[in-house]
Amino acid sequence: MSDVTRSEYCAVAIADCFADDGEIMGSPMGLLPTLGARLAKNTTNPALMLTDGEARILRGTPPLGQSGDVTEGWMPFRLVLESVVPYGKRHVMMGATQIDRHGNQNISAIGPWEQPTRQLLGVRGAPGNTVNNRTSYWVPKHSARVVVEQVDIVSGIGRARAEAAGPAATKFHDVHRLVTNLGVFDFGGPGHTMRFVSVHPGVTVDEVREASGCEIHADGDVPETRTPTDGELVLIRELLDPTKLREREVPSS
Amino acid sequence: MRAPSKELTIDEVLGRIESGMTVGIGGWGSRRKPMALVRAILRSDLTDLHIVSYAGPDVGLLLAGGKASKVTYAFATLDSIPLEPLFSQARVERAAEFREWDEGMFQTGLRAAAQRVSFLPMRAGLGSAVLENDPDLHTVRSPYDDQEELVAVPALNLDVALVHMNRADELGNGQYLGPDPYFDDLFCMAAREAYVSTEQIIDTAGLTVDASLQSLLLNRTMVTGVVETPNGAHFTDCTPTYGRDEKFQKAYATAAKTPEDWAAFHERFLSGDEAAYQAAVTAFREEAQA
Repeated sequence: MSDVTRSEYCAVAIADCFADDGEIMGSPMGLLPTLGARLAKNTTNPALMLTDGEARILRGTPPLGQSGDVTEGWMPFRLVLESVVPYGKRHVMMGATQIDRHGNQNISAIGPWEQPTRQLLGVRGAPGNTVNNRTSYWVPKHSARVVVEQVDIVSGIGRARAEAAGPAATKFHDVHRLVTNLGVFDFGGPGHTMRFVSVHPGVTVDEVREASGCEIHADGDVPETRTPTDGELVLIRELLDPTKLREREVPSS
Repeated sequence: MRAPSKELTIDEVLGRIESGMTVGIGGWGSRRKPMALVRAILRSDLTDLHIVSYAGPDVGLLLAGGKASKVTYAFATLDSIPLEPLFSQARVERAAEFREWDEGMFQTGLRAAAQRVSFLPMRAGLGSAVLENDPDLHTVRSPYDDQEELVAVPALNLDVALVHMNRADELGNGQYLGPDPYFDDLFCMAAREAYVSTEQIIDTAGLTVDASLQSLLLNRTMVTGVVETPNGAHFTDCTPTYGRDEKFQKAYATAAKTPEDWAAFHERFLSGDEAAYQAAVTAFREEAQA
């Protein structure tokens, strides 16, 4: 199958984040993470548990924009916060208005805390997520304003901050991947800093560095993000996102 | 002898709230908010309130109306519209004192208050800006072998809690019929006095005729007063009684962008009592359909 789009590379890169998780709850925030997690459930990790984004745990994987399916459980907000997050059997993929070289994320506000220049959502569950369960991030528009040297207000915490806060913060700290529209990264660079895992086909390492506000470590040659299999493309195009909502978030140029 | 009725009017509930109080508001974002009571606070002379809320338009409106001098929250959102515009404006203008916690810390703070302990330990918050930006937060070291240092989440003690239920009886038994109870029972237990607005006050026997036992979230020991406010969560979601009024919410968010539009919105919808509000909403709906 030809003409794989950038959004489809992103979808499989996100799905690969959930591949080794086994029987845990996936909490994808936003459109492409939801597509990727539903793809993983249909391919590499059928044990993955996913909700409708509200209070229902769904047995299957409805198309994006839909939430109707067999209900296999109840997951109101209170259970997410008091049972799932502290229990740890969860992998959340959050957005990030800023993410820095040390893996700190900001969804709270831009500028100084006391009087921000722009208010965002607030820290939400990011502080608790990052010290309790595996956490990945999704950035649909990789730029030097998003990928920065230091975030303004630390919502999700990176490794160095976890270590500074002590064993209770590092015990379950596990920032797994950052997937953007340009590539895939982890925090396995020197001192747990940002490192290339792969660049999406059509993107160079130099282009990524140009579009970043901080240094990104590379271990030798950086490979390309893998190509989706024909089976994955059928799932994405015909089952999971037939109306191409993915193109709205990551347009084909 | 039977237990006395706790049924009140909106004005009677307002009479129990004083300036300077800490007021917890149930629901979540733009979902099942006790908006009729929030609108009543907006019309009142109350000032200097400390609002504690998983924030949505309740907090946006109270900030814009100059009613809140302090807000404790974990996020502010309209759900289908990601950011709460009046809240964002107040933050940028530093219009009040703000305390932003992790949403799990927030639940733990309510639970501590409900259990009448001064704090409960948890992992959430460690290493994040939350601890730096709230000087009242402290950590606590485990007295056991692990010696781990955890966040000592202080109790979110409330003077008054305001929550909205799909149904209740006059005794104060409250029932939600949607998929998520949110944290409304914790809000009620964290407060000295809890007031429940509801779509419908029905006979006690009717509560479980067509709904599960588990939908009875609030028992009457948690509740001080009940007030019937049909469409009282409008424009937030109150499923299955009604969904979020997306057209109205969009009009609200759009009007919030400029002082002139906001003044016009306020004049049309928020300048009268609850009956006037509901009449204006009906007229808005008819216009939208025409």
